[in-house]
Amino acid sequence: MSTATLEAKAPSVARVAAVDQPIPMSRLVSVELRKMFNTRSGFWLMASIGIAAVLATTATILFAPDSELTQDAFSAAIGFPMAVILPMVAILSVTSEWTQRSGLTTFTLVPHRERVIGAKALATLIIAVASMFIALAVGAVGNLFGSAVVGVDTVWDVGVMDFALIVLANVLGMLVGFMLGVLLRNSPGAIVGYFVVSFVLPGLFMALGNAQAWFEDVWPWVDFTYAQGALFEGDVSATEWANLGVTGLVWLVIPMAVGLRMIMRSEVK
Amino acid sequence: MITIDSLTKRYGGFTAVDDVSFTARSGRVTGFLGPNGAGKSTSMRVMVGLTVPTSGQALIDGRPFAELPNPGRKVGVLLDASAQHAGRTGREILTIAQRTMGLPKLSVDHMLHKVSLTDEEADRRVRNYSLGMRQRLGIATALIGDPDVLILDEPANGLDPAGIRWMRDLLREYANKGGTVLLSSHLLHEIEVIADDIVVIGNGRIVAQGTKSELLDAAGTVVRAEVPADLARALSAAGISSTASTDGAIRTDAEPALVGRVALAAGVALTELKSADTAGLEEMFLELTAETQREGVAA
Repeated sequence: MSTATLEAKAPSVARVAAVDQPIPMSRLVSVELRKMFNTRSGFWLMASIGIAAVLATTATILFAPDSELTQDAFSAAIGFPMAVILPMVAILSVTSEWTQRSGLTTFTLVPHRERVIGAKALATLIIAVASMFIALAVGAVGNLFGSAVVGVDTVWDVGVMDFALIVLANVLGMLVGFMLGVLLRNSPGAIVGYFVVSFVLPGLFMALGNAQAWFEDVWPWVDFTYAQGALFEGDVSATEWANLGVTGLVWLVIPMAVGLRMIMRSEVK
Repeated sequence: MITIDSLTKRYGGFTAVDDVSFTARSGRVTGFLGPNGAGKSTSMRVMVGLTVPTSGQALIDGRPFAELPNPGRKVGVLLDASAQHAGRTGREILTIAQRTMGLPKLSVDHMLHKVSLTDEEADRRVRNYSLGMRQRLGIATALIGDPDVLILDEPANGLDPAGIRWMRDLLREYANKGGTVLLSSHLLHEIEVIADDIVVIGNGRIVAQGTKSELLDAAGTVVRAEVPADLARALSAAGISSTASTDGAIRTDAEPALVGRVALAAGVALTELKSADTAGLEEMFLELTAETQREGVAA
């Protein structure tokens, strides 16, 4: 056999190997992360995480009373816009495949929907945790700068445990967005749904709690947002963990399971 | 090779695809022809695992699509060029495909060049693309993994005449190199100029299939005479069935040579005698799919 034929054969063998190589999960996660940034809306949504953190920090320095310029005040100020933006990131990651119809390509290149949705969930978690560290860093700079400008002692009152609980709270919020995306598969619907679940519903529960005395004992067991409130207090009791578990099961796990089942079976058009 | 075996898809009481079986062979371009709503797109979605069939199956080289380890490297798919995130640039859409398949970065530029999208166009967001540009981007996405099989739904839609010519040459070359090409169209002419094999579908059912030449030969003869009634009588006396068109032409399945001999023997003067070919296939297409046509047959 001549060397020429050998050389001609080599690439085709390499090609066969590449064709039969399954797509690793790490690659899917990195692709899903890229897809969160590479649209115009996605880019600005991501940029707004940083922008909102800086704006919230600036506002805290400008408007908060001097005695309250603590790390806790900064993290609370940054936390609120985060709680709105992060779930939007999670929602759009899922729903754009249907609303923008890019799923036609996505689910053809990876004909295992559970892998694509899993990769999106992991990408979402990475964003949640990374954003919280960005928030922590911006808040820390704000705390140092703010206390120096005003001339008070710098107060570091957010411990490792406090931070971990805040991260958990934001991850849960993001997962609620993710769940609504999976369940509704429609961007406007899921976004409206998120505001109903996270802002309208807690208001209704609160009205009910104020009007009906009997509801006060039941409240923590039915209101997911109320149960999550404990995570921001820094000290979560066993009962409060149980509240979180029960409400999380009802408001997050069960609807997520229903939505995932629908995604696996539905037709992608 | 694509093997479709007794494929059926029902939506409630409506049967979109009804017991469809055919094979798209390697080295050939198979045209999937049918009017809008005939079941072409549904069949193609089933082939790539986006729609679960009610019964039957579709195999790519003997395997279900979902079992392919890296499907983009085996099958290039373009189902709807407009189904892309409008806020993403063409280059990013292609990059997502390149990264998902694990291809070298260079392949993106290579593909953009191959489908004649300029750098400036590639960096534009898809919302600003014409349909023709979207088709080119879709073709690039389908081809970037260097697949053996191509499944394209109405790929010529929105292309200008030069673009259609380009697409035709590209698919021809692809099949000549041993690739399998399945493309759908609702336009007979498009299929006729490119396909080696033709599958005609109407109302979810296959109404005709075969090589292009088989279908053309089967189309028979169109003949005109000074006195059409005399010719019809002579043909029926010779045992050849024929039908008269409203425009005075007579259509029959018999060969032109035979029709000519019958006319000569009967002393009927002909004004036209030709193989029905294109016109015949078109007639067949319209007839076979008449029930699905929204326009009534003009009387």
